[in-house]
Amino acid sequence: MSARYLAVAVAALALLTVPYWVPGVYYVNVASQILFYAIFALGLNVLVGYAGLVSLGHAGLFGIASYATGYLLQLGYGHPSAIVAGLVAGIAAMAIFAILSLRASGIGFIMITLAIGQIIWGLAYRWISVTNGDNGISLHGRPAPFGLSLNDANVFYYATLVIFAVSLAAVAIFVRSPLGAALCGTRDQPRRMNALGYHVWAIRFCACLFSGLLTAISGILFVYYTQFISPQTLALTSSAEVLLMVISGGAGTLLGPIVGAALVVVVKSVVSGFVERWNMLLGVIFVAIVILMPEGIVPGSARLWRVAWRKFGAPSGPVATGAKP
Amino acid sequence: MSALTVSALSKAFGGLHVTRNVDLDVQPGERRLIIGPNGAGKTTLFNLITGELSPDSGSVTLFGEDITRVPSRRRPHMGMARTYQIITLFPRDTIIHNVSLALLGLSPLRWNPLIEMKHQGHIAERAHEALTRVGLAHIAERPLSQTSYGERRRVEIAMALAQNPRLLLLDEPFAGLSIDERRDVHQLLLAIPRDVTMVMIEHNMDVALEFAERITLLHFGEVIVEGSRAEVVADPRTREVYLGH
Repeated sequence: MSARYLAVAVAALALLTVPYWVPGVYYVNVASQILFYAIFALGLNVLVGYAGLVSLGHAGLFGIASYATGYLLQLGYGHPSAIVAGLVAGIAAMAIFAILSLRASGIGFIMITLAIGQIIWGLAYRWISVTNGDNGISLHGRPAPFGLSLNDANVFYYATLVIFAVSLAAVAIFVRSPLGAALCGTRDQPRRMNALGYHVWAIRFCACLFSGLLTAISGILFVYYTQFISPQTLALTSSAEVLLMVISGGAGTLLGPIVGAALVVVVKSVVSGFVERWNMLLGVIFVAIVILMPEGIVPGSARLWRVAWRKFGAPSGPVATGAKP
Repeated sequence: MSALTVSALSKAFGGLHVTRNVDLDVQPGERRLIIGPNGAGKTTLFNLITGELSPDSGSVTLFGEDITRVPSRRRPHMGMARTYQIITLFPRDTIIHNVSLALLGLSPLRWNPLIEMKHQGHIAERAHEALTRVGLAHIAERPLSQTSYGERRRVEIAMALAQNPRLLLLDEPFAGLSIDERRDVHQLLLAIPRDVTMVMIEHNMDVALEFAERITLLHFGEVIVEGSRAEVVADPRTREVYLGH
């Protein structure tokens, strides 16, 4: 078994046994948060890492899916209808978001997404008849698929884990597919891709929809987890936070956003209990990442590991260096 | 039927007229050379032919079909391929991935998000064939970042050839190459079969004249001389604005 498969097996085993080795329910909930924020970060990473399109409005899309689910539940619809409504609203919002923002790339794209995110946040505050304004929408209970109540922290964790695993597999398949390769091509050389016969805008639009789907899934998980949604969730700081998860973990990698999500959630939810100025600590960590591993924790660690291996671990001497592989 | 017909093509950027009423008629299988001093509008003419720029007036016809308003991304599907003066490749990927992207650009597979790219054996096979034509098959798996400038030029040509074009536009394919690399690329271009019509912009007259059957001289966006190799070289206007005395 290669080291890669061994690492995946250990990680899978660790995730599957979380409720058995973490100290209590609080930490199971932290693990659930890590997983649904990881889905959110994976969705944003489709754009940031693979399409080269940095969005600062994704919290707005996340919030639309959350609000749609919460609103339908408030109106008395069942969980299946609310979840479908959340997914449809999230993807439809992303389609509109993409049509408006894909008119530009680079800094123009960032500014348009920022503006749209702020408009959605403003709507959440002011469209009181739907969003209940600053008071937000509260949910009463989680669904119970197959007779398993998600009100139980462990069950919720496992449900989130399954959705996370499916999302991760979907992203892995997508980025290795021809469409994924085309998307990376539009990131690196859009003009060249156009000259090779690719419809650059349409490829980016497809990526946006996929990103929107993952964002909507995480938004629905979020609203079921917190059982509450308010405009604060859609704020610019939320968009910036998930962008930091992607960048700190390693944009354009499969594991980077997951590591980034774990870092941010752990500092916010666990370390904040021990360190009063946890915001400053998070800032210091990000500065350290930028200085030591500008490419992010995952690719940066791999690079440092290779350097260390060459320096200390690789066999040396005339026999080894002269030997053919 | 001509392979490429450009009629009264004009383009201005503000007050600067970079292409003025350019007419060009390239026959199937022809090797046409476009020459002119820097700023003559040669690359702009290529960009107008490929649709990367829209002309202010005039028309472009490819094998009898008016493509003036056809989006640039559709033109490779109609048999047009090009290389760039400044090498434009995918530096994070391997050589074969670059060529595979060129092949994928014309395949409906490019929209598929479910299959694995590396398992598309027929794409890899055709990419290998294209790399064999340019003599790079032995380093197909090498990352592009570890290749020389001359190898990258050949990757560009392999990408264009992989698309089986009917019309190939080469923008200064010898620029920046060493003498040996120039010879290799020259041999490569000579080996391209006659069913591919070729139009080339080039400043290196030693290799370019050997390649060309007909030559068009552009100056300030206008065609000032056109004819056979001997006619253009002998024309005093060519000497005055381009070759020197």
